[in-house]
Amino acid sequence: MNPIAHSPHAHAPVSIGKVMATVLLALTPATLFGFWLYGWPAVNLWAVALIAAIVGEALVVHLQGRKVRPVIMDGSGILTAWLLALSLPPYAPWWIAVLGSLFAVVIGKQVFGGLGQNVFNPAMAARVMLLISFPLEMTTWVAPSQAPGLLESLRITFFSQPIDGMASASLLGHVKTEFTRGIGLDQALTGYYAPMDMLWGSRAGSLGETAAVLLLIGGLFLIARRIITWHAPFAMLLGVAVPALLFNAIDANHYAGPMVHLLSGGLMLGAFFIVTDPVTSPNTALGQFIFGLSCGLLTWIIRTWGGYPEGVAFAVLLMNAATPIIDQYVKPRIYGRDRKGVALPANKG
Amino acid sequence: MLFAVVSLTLLGTVFGLLLGVAARYLKVEGNPLVAELEQLLPGSQCGQCGFPGCTGAAQALADGSAPLTLCPPGGRAVVQALAAKLGVEADLSGVEEKGPMIAEIKEEICIGCTRCFKVCPTDAIMGAAQQIHVVFREACTACGKCEEVCPTESAKLQPVPVTLQSWYWNKPQGAAS
Amino acid sequence: MKLFDLRGGVHPEGRKDLSAERHIRILPLPKKLYVPLQQHIGAPAIPVVNVGDKVLKGQLIATAQGAVSAPVHAPTSGTIVALGDHVAPHPSGLPVPTITLGSDGEDKWVPTETVEAPFALRAEEVAARVAAAGIVGLGGATFPSALKLNLSRNSGVQTLIMNGGECEPYLTCDDRIMRERAVGIVEGIRLIAHAVDAKEILVGIEDNKPEAIAAMQAAAGNSEVKVVAMPSMYPMGSEKQIIQVLTGMEIPAGGRPADIGVLVHNVATAYAVQQAIRYGKPLISRIVTLSGGAIRTACNVEALIGTPVQELIAFADGYAQPAARLVLGGPMMGQQFTNTNVPVVKGTSGVLALMASEIGQAEASPCIRCSTCVRACPVGLLPLEMAAHIRSADLTGAVGLGLKDCIACGSCSYVCPAHIPLVHYFNYAKGDLAAQERSKLKQEATKKLADARNERLARIERERAEAAAKRKAAREAKERAAKEAAEKAEAV
Repeated sequence: MNPIAHSPHAHAPVSIGKVMATVLLALTPATLFGFWLYGWPAVNLWAVALIAAIVGEALVVHLQGRKVRPVIMDGSGILTAWLLALSLPPYAPWWIAVLGSLFAVVIGKQVFGGLGQNVFNPAMAARVMLLISFPLEMTTWVAPSQAPGLLESLRITFFSQPIDGMASASLLGHVKTEFTRGIGLDQALTGYYAPMDMLWGSRAGSLGETAAVLLLIGGLFLIARRIITWHAPFAMLLGVAVPALLFNAIDANHYAGPMVHLLSGGLMLGAFFIVTDPVTSPNTALGQFIFGLSCGLLTWIIRTWGGYPEGVAFAVLLMNAATPIIDQYVKPRIYGRDRKGVALPANKG
Repeated sequence: MLFAVVSLTLLGTVFGLLLGVAARYLKVEGNPLVAELEQLLPGSQCGQCGFPGCTGAAQALADGSAPLTLCPPGGRAVVQALAAKLGVEADLSGVEEKGPMIAEIKEEICIGCTRCFKVCPTDAIMGAAQQIHVVFREACTACGKCEEVCPTESAKLQPVPVTLQSWYWNKPQGAAS
Repeated sequence: MKLFDLRGGVHPEGRKDLSAERHIRILPLPKKLYVPLQQHIGAPAIPVVNVGDKVLKGQLIATAQGAVSAPVHAPTSGTIVALGDHVAPHPSGLPVPTITLGSDGEDKWVPTETVEAPFALRAEEVAARVAAAGIVGLGGATFPSALKLNLSRNSGVQTLIMNGGECEPYLTCDDRIMRERAVGIVEGIRLIAHAVDAKEILVGIEDNKPEAIAAMQAAAGNSEVKVVAMPSMYPMGSEKQIIQVLTGMEIPAGGRPADIGVLVHNVATAYAVQQAIRYGKPLISRIVTLSGGAIRTACNVEALIGTPVQELIAFADGYAQPAARLVLGGPMMGQQFTNTNVPVVKGTSGVLALMASEIGQAEASPCIRCSTCVRACPVGLLPLEMAAHIRSADLTGAVGLGLKDCIACGSCSYVCPAHIPLVHYFNYAKGDLAAQERSKLKQEATKKLADARNERLARIERERAEAAAKRKAAREAKERAAKEAAEKAEAV
């Protein structure tokens, strides 16, 4: 090894671990709210997901003959499992979390070569895998009414105790179901859509996706800490809100308005914590804007005309696949060159 | 069923015959690649590759029977040029393990026999009978022929000395990027 | 005045307060001085003295060689002790040709010519005197200054930009020289402007040096020299960036500032120009910042060129703590060195002894493509992509992404949360490409030689064969003639 170190001989006080820790901190309010809203089953599910991810990743990295400690300590696997847990139905059985976490860190990340190498967002890949493979478990929602006790929660999570009494539907799922029955939006929304509840997140939905305001605060915190930039999140919200506004104006009975779209499903989580995943999103500000906008548009299209009620995960995965091509065409202009890379003309002013 | 089997067999036979005929009548005479590859090689015919001169090496490269890294005097630049011409990935791991070399003549033991001077493929050695010979560094390809013929072991290949002009940073080692 | 935006850039911790408030002190005369022959970009100087020669302070000891070069002068009076190799102030630590001068302690000057009316000198004369004084860019690039003056005058430069940015952390040598020698600097600036016939003179100083700005403004008075405060941001003091911020123009890729009618010089260079023109003093000393957390008394000293760095460190009362790394220059672009016997040269702006906590370097981890480096790059490159290409040995791919436009400022490495040595990758790639280019050129040359030799051997062979054939023909003709003669004789 060359004993002489290359410049710079100063370094900003940052590290991957610190970046991940800040993101986890930003997720904490929405997560705690989810725990409070749905009670112990949510805590169980979250813990199981995290443990599965850590153990699974450690095992795989060990099998690869690499050092386990730094990989676990960088916090990326924990963040992936955390995001996945937040997107699961809170009363889902334990094996859903285990399967999802393992899929995310092993197939979604380590198979591609580990941190920084994966093409698709691991949490979203796992969520889509679960949704397609286990549609029943993945769409059994509960209304946040009476939270079960600790003992009962263990039965729910680990012994799949039926939860018929509390079963409910998410807003987007409900609307889609009602449409198939020929019922219009104005009726479908009655009793289901209370804007303030939507905002605070007191409704049926995934573990940590409902608290729109808390997720927004977490996202703004990340922007303030310069972990993420505003481009992708803003563009994604725009990409959903604009078509929603347009079509709602054309036919309010068939197309939900922008507020319904913005506050429902996994949009807030997706906009601030998923499309901002650095690994699977483009490099440049403009690229990130295009990426976010496309994610938003696809989400709205899938929600409106697709087979599934929610489209964030699908939209993100589709755009992940398009990231390399965005990066190929959207590059910053280099100093002293024009956009095409040709040297600027001399100008002796 | 029978119809499908028969028709597919017939189609296969006809196309196979067509290919065979094409291969026979549209064959490219000779291989223009050999000449192009030879252009890229140093041309000093030193024979270090084990082939009879640069033409032989080019022939072997075109056949694919020799590795791209066959030419020690050419170094990495030649390997990369060959890789680009042949459109393959260059495996540079084996190249330049010993670093670039250059011939040097020890003045103390040179007897001025002119043998090295006569074999040098690039006229990189200057000298006359009974006089000490000198190597022009700029012209030496480190083919080693002078080393072979030198009766006093005066001519020897030495690693090229690193100077401030030729030094550069090594490739960063360690963790993934 | 309207300023333009710098793209990217970073805000490293300044740490200039360590040394900024102390007056420049003159370093005591060292016993031995090691003066390298190459302290500039271009060809090394050629010695004009021999071992044992007595020289006076300011006497020429090595003369410029070729168009791009600079002469070297004796930093003090004394005897030439050796002409040989000495460790270079360079990360390789390789030995370079150096003149070793033993000081006689008298510090006696050669007779110098004082010019009372320097502005009466013709522009060419100013440039010639700057060249003779061995002045090179003191900001660190060490390009021969006179050459820049001549190139600029010939291409009709409009704007002279004086670089007082000093954006590197720790360094305060330009700050101090502007505070203490502003009058001399301003005269030097006006001399440079005179030499290139510039219409507009802008002195760009970062706004973290209010005292220097005030001193320079006071010295500039109502002259055509305009002092401009610029926002503090790294790499504001880079040539390309200071032009962009002050004029909004960009140097065309592969071009020079003169291509857009601009000339950039460092403020310390202006002072050296003034000393050379007005007092006839060649460049034999410079201001050096001694700083870093491991140095006991951080300060600025005026040191003779050739002074071993260890004397500077001793002058700053040595180390307060063991230094984790010694650096020549600033922390962002400076070079680490290990041998404290390396000399101060014309381009040495600072000597830093840094503690591990100041360096803050950690083991590199995988790139998470966070693109912080993309936002930090002042040139608009994609450092993460370039490094990935270089890592997988695709140097051509890195060039396609703009490797050659990289100014190696280190902003990307500084901000990288994964601590990937990005600039190291780029400098490795640039060096490797240059080496490949050299070996390609050499190979083309040797191929020509080989072809020429083969042709010559063939020609000799052919000529020999022809000669043999001729001889054979002659012999046969002779034999035939003899035969015929014999036959004739027989017949008769």
